[in-house]
Amino acid sequence: MAKSIVQEFTKGLWEEIPPFRLVLGLCPVLAVTKTVENGIGMGMATTFVLVCSNILVSLLRNIIPNKVRIACFIIIIATFVTVVELLMQAYAYPLFLKLGIFIPLIVVNCIVLGRSEAFAFKNPILPSLADGLGIGIGFTLALGSLGAVRELIGNGTLTIWETTIPVLGSWYQPFTFMVEAPGAFVGLGLMLCLMNLVGSK
Amino acid sequence: MNEMIKMVVVLTILSSFSGGLLATVRNGTKDKIENQQLQFVKGPAIENILQGASNDPVADRFKIKDGDVERNFFVGIIDGKTNIVAFESEGKGFSGDIGLMIGINLDTDKIVGVNVTTHSETPGVGSKAKSDPKFVSQFTNLNLINEFKVKPDGGQVDAISGATVTSRGVSMGLTQAGIIYKKLKPQIAEQLKSFKK
Repeated sequence: MAKSIVQEFTKGLWEEIPPFRLVLGLCPVLAVTKTVENGIGMGMATTFVLVCSNILVSLLRNIIPNKVRIACFIIIIATFVTVVELLMQAYAYPLFLKLGIFIPLIVVNCIVLGRSEAFAFKNPILPSLADGLGIGIGFTLALGSLGAVRELIGNGTLTIWETTIPVLGSWYQPFTFMVEAPGAFVGLGLMLCLMNLVGSK
Repeated sequence: MNEMIKMVVVLTILSSFSGGLLATVRNGTKDKIENQQLQFVKGPAIENILQGASNDPVADRFKIKDGDVERNFFVGIIDGKTNIVAFESEGKGFSGDIGLMIGINLDTDKIVGVNVTTHSETPGVGSKAKSDPKFVSQFTNLNLINEFKVKPDGGQVDAISGATVTSRGVSMGLTQAGIIYKKLKPQIAEQLKSFKK
C-alpha cells in the first residue's frame, strides 16, 4: 500500500472509474440515466453511502469478526441507504419520485459492497475515505455523462436542477431510442469503447 | 466458542446502533416528508377535486382519529360553502397499494371526484388508473355509501382493459372509503361546523 491518499482518490476518477473500467453497478447506470439530473442525483446518493460505509467499515475493521463481515457490511450499507432515502424524501422529493425504487436498491449495488470488502476492510480511515469519495465522484461523473449523452441525443435537451435547457433547437428531431432501455446499453457500450480507445494509446 | 460470542455481540450491537440511527432520522424527517408528499403528490389531486376552492385545502386540513390511525381531511370552501371534503383511502392493486384521494359532498353523500395519488402499477397498463381521466371520472356523482365492484365481478365499474386487478383495487379502495366515511361522518360534520365560524 504505497499509494498516497491523493492517488487513492484520483484512481476512482479515471483508472478505476466504476461503470466504465470496473463494469460494476450497471443496474442503476442503465436504468436511471435518462436525464443528466437523474444520473447526478443517483451518483450523489451513492457517493454519500459509499463514503459513510467506507469510513464506518474502516473504523470497525479490527472489531468485525471475519466470518460475519459481509453481514456487518450489509447492515452498515443498508442503514445509510435508508438514511439517504429518508433525507431525499424530506428535501428532494421530486428527484426521489423519479429515481424511485433505485434508491433502496443502492444496498445491492456491488460497488458499495465491493469497496467495503476490497478496500475499507483492509485500510485505515483516511485512505478509505479518499477511496470512497473518489469512486463515488467517478460514479457520479459516469452517470452524469451517460445521462447527458442519452438525453442530448434522445431528447435534444439537458436537465439540471429541474430546469430543462433545450440545447438543440426545435429543428432537431429527437432520436428517442436513446432514452429507452436499449439505448442505455448502446450508449454504455459506445462510452466503454471510447474509454478503451483513449486508454489504449 | 469465544469467536462465536464475539460474532453475536458485534452483530447485535451493530444492528441496535443502526436501528437507533434510523429511528432518529425517521423522527427528524417525518413531518417534512409528510409536507413534501402533500405538496407534490396529494396537493395536485386535492386541487383537482376541490376545484374553485377559495382557501388552501392543504393548509386547512384537519385530522380525525379512526381507531389507531389518524386520517387527514381536506376542506375546500367553494362558493362560500364548506360541504365538500377530500380524504384518502387505499386499495390493493396489482403490485402494492393504490392510494386514492376522494372528494365527497356531505349533503348528498355523492362523490365529487376521485384521483389516484400513489401507486406502483405496471406502466402503460395499470398506471392508466392515474393517467387516464376517463377511468376515475366514471365515479363522479355516484353515491359513496355503496359497494364498488368491477363489471366482471358483477358490479358497476368499467374496468381498464388489461388491468382488471388494478381496477378492482381502485374499487376496493372506494368501498373502503365508503366505510370510513359512514363511520366518521358525524365527526366530519362536527369539524366543518367549527370551520364556518
